[in-house]
Amino acid sequence: MSRSEASQGGALLEAVGVGKRFGGLRALHDVSLALGEGTITGLIGPNGAGKTTFFNVLTGIYKPDTGTVHFAGAPLPAGRPHAVAERGIARTFQNIRLFPNMTVLENVMVGRHVRTQAGVLGAVFKTAATRREEAAIAASARGLLDYVGIAGQAQRVAGTLSYGDQRRLEIARALATEPRLLALDEPAAGMNAAERMRLADLVRRVRDDGTAILLIEHDVKWVARLCDRITVLDYGERIAEGSPQEVLAHPKVIEAYLGRGAA
Amino acid sequence: MNARARFINWGAAVLVLVLPFATHALLGQGWVRILDFALLYVLLALGLNIVVGYAGLLDLGYVAFFAVGAYCYALLASPQFELHWPLWALLPMGALLAACFGVLLGTPTLGLRGDYLAIVTLGFGEIIRIFLNNLNAPVNITNGPQGVNLIDPLHVGPWFLEQTYHVGGIEIPLVINVYFLFLAAVGLAIRLSQRLEGSRIGRAWAAIREDELAAASMGLNTRNLKLLAFAMGATFGGVSGGLFAGFQGFVSPESFTLQESVMILCMVVLGGMGNIAGVVLGAVLLSVLPEALRGLGGLQEFLFGKVWVDPSNLRLLVFGIALVLMMLLRPEGLLPARARQREFHESQ
Amino acid sequence: MDIFLQQLVNGLTLGSIYALVALGYTMVYGIMELINFAHGDVVMVGAMVALTALQILTGWGLPSGIALAMAVALAMVVCMGLGLAIERVAYRPLRRAPKLAPLITAIGLSIVLQQLAALIWGRSYRSFPSVLPADSVSWHGVIITSIQALIIVLAALLMAALMLLVKRTALGRAMRATAQNPGVAQLMGVNTDRIIALTFVLGSALAAVAGVMVAAYYNVGNYTMGFMLGLKAFTAAVLGGIGNLPGAMLGGLLLGVVEAMGAGYIGDLTGGYFGSNYKDVFAFLVLIGVLVFHPNGLLGSRAREKV
Repeated sequence: MSRSEASQGGALLEAVGVGKRFGGLRALHDVSLALGEGTITGLIGPNGAGKTTFFNVLTGIYKPDTGTVHFAGAPLPAGRPHAVAERGIARTFQNIRLFPNMTVLENVMVGRHVRTQAGVLGAVFKTAATRREEAAIAASARGLLDYVGIAGQAQRVAGTLSYGDQRRLEIARALATEPRLLALDEPAAGMNAAERMRLADLVRRVRDDGTAILLIEHDVKWVARLCDRITVLDYGERIAEGSPQEVLAHPKVIEAYLGRGAA
Repeated sequence: MNARARFINWGAAVLVLVLPFATHALLGQGWVRILDFALLYVLLALGLNIVVGYAGLLDLGYVAFFAVGAYCYALLASPQFELHWPLWALLPMGALLAACFGVLLGTPTLGLRGDYLAIVTLGFGEIIRIFLNNLNAPVNITNGPQGVNLIDPLHVGPWFLEQTYHVGGIEIPLVINVYFLFLAAVGLAIRLSQRLEGSRIGRAWAAIREDELAAASMGLNTRNLKLLAFAMGATFGGVSGGLFAGFQGFVSPESFTLQESVMILCMVVLGGMGNIAGVVLGAVLLSVLPEALRGLGGLQEFLFGKVWVDPSNLRLLVFGIALVLMMLLRPEGLLPARARQREFHESQ
Repeated sequence: MDIFLQQLVNGLTLGSIYALVALGYTMVYGIMELINFAHGDVVMVGAMVALTALQILTGWGLPSGIALAMAVALAMVVCMGLGLAIERVAYRPLRRAPKLAPLITAIGLSIVLQQLAALIWGRSYRSFPSVLPADSVSWHGVIITSIQALIIVLAALLMAALMLLVKRTALGRAMRATAQNPGVAQLMGVNTDRIIALTFVLGSALAAVAGVMVAAYYNVGNYTMGFMLGLKAFTAAVLGGIGNLPGAMLGGLLLGVVEAMGAGYIGDLTGGYFGSNYKDVFAFLVLIGVLVFHPNGLLGSRAREKV
């Protein structure tokens, strides 16, 4: 995880006017978001606000109907998730999506695929280069398991891990792709207070090691303590953006969370 | 490797070396021929296993690649065009051509979901067969339903396999020569499968099989990887097609029907897809069983003094029942892959 | 233009039969996500039972109309029982098994049914008693035989009845609920086991009628006749969007018409290089073409993955 000190400021990701419809449903409308290297950005909003849809646009699963997304100065390959990962955005999923029947170690090794080369010929002839690469893949995968704190589980079947460990494994797998931006979809869901605290520590550590973070979360207090900037979505539109203090004091945000009249 | 595994491996090695001679001595030429075909089916099943077992793509038209390999051999080594290429050129040629067809089929269709892909591959298999059946006019290429005859026999360098050799007093006829050629091909195929399975590519296939969207989000180019599985599987089919053509001496479209594709799929699934030992077992079992059941006519005569039920119907009837029963008793296959076993038992 | 209209009529006749069989595939798939490989052979059994029944009944001197109706009814009853048995033996024990396991039992059952039929009815082609009048009407040079008219009308009526059943009755609602989410349907008090069995029974009844139609149309029956027909019908179900009832009907009709047009026009289109023996190639190419542009079939709903 050694990467040169990330420079503050300078937008790493810049989404402008993103819109997405599903049939008659307007899932996203004119959503903009910018985030810089070395930052943790929160994306919050009530259920059905369009947070995950926005994530799916950023990670290439959906093509936006309108708007543009730039990443590290170049347009993002829309609708091609593998190309997005190659460019340096990795993600986790709200409803954990590991490779459940593969081992924990194998899951992370799959994450190394995009940064390694060995092809069919290398596999068939088991060349020295291929063996070296395999060893390096396994070593860095072990290193990442250690980094997220589940090194002891390496040989277990991923599907049998506890809920919290599965979330950690998803993070390790995503980090294996050497992302410049890590997108976490409700990483703290289902965790108790102690687990949340340890997760927050992990997220800060990843940021300190040079990967920017974008995360969706429901626990507003937890997000406010962790994030540098927060964007709030409601009914597919951005209703607020700013530092945690600014955002949480914003009347529209209070209204969205507590209902009309509370503001 | 522990002592027990080593013992099993040595036992298996001795068995496959002695088997053709013992069979020849005890059961005769015909049964060695059945073994030869069983090996050919093992080769086909291993190829399909890459597509279905490793990458998780349901292919119901696999026999098309077998056909491509067979006709490639037949047309380039027979009086049909007065061409007589050597084996070492024909087999790679067949494999390459089959891989090209795999890519040709896969490119537009690999975006489809499981069962849609199944029907498209099925259609492709039928299309190839119909073309083979009808490309005798306006220009005669495949000789239509009659097929191609007088194909050059298999020969490896100076050894013509149709000759009978004598080594230290032991007679080695054509069927045994062929057995060892096919055995070598199977050995190579097993080695290849093992290496692919344990490689970066094999891991990527497993990931796609488990969760395609998650795999894509981790940077796996799922379409290219699936194409690669298709092409790799096809090469196995192409090689076995070539061996088949050289061994039979003739090929015709009726060897490449949908039923054949379905049978190869049954071998893979029944044996335990994704697991090489299982696939080999499935292929041997399902190719030898129907032949063994040919004895049902004689058995009836022995038991009842008369043939009551048409043995050819009875044979297939028993085969169908066996297929159902084996699957009901072991839904995850006879020798399931580690991962599949887990999958099944967890869902229970 | 005459050829076109004539082939259209021929195609619609064939397509009506495909549609009836395709409904059986699509209903089972809609509920269980399973290709019922033995369905084509149920069609065959329907045809052969009706064929034998007709021979016996007309032998007793019954009027042909009544004999035909009784034969069809008998074929339906036999096939419904068969459908029920298939579900019990091959599918129910494997509900939780890996996805391809039931595919293999279905293939095994298909072999069993064919071989049993060969033992009962022999391997040779049996001719279907000609109980229907060989009348035909001619309209602008297009000939419609009475049997073609009967097939098209009867298929339309059956499909309408099925749609009413599925859309308007409590039973249909239970079927749709089970197709949407078997677990939830069960929680809501739907006996999903019964619904699944019933789906097989309904599909088999339609298959029996289709079997009689195809045997009567071509005047022959044989133990292998279900294979190609089943294959075509499954193709039709996929073409329309598998799991979707109107899709199966549309797919069936379309495939029938495409095949008939292919048989009629391939020769002209290719300057005589390819003849009507390529009509199946044409049908499959249309299928592949449709799926490349409509990956879920013509009417299939786009199953958006939950991310």
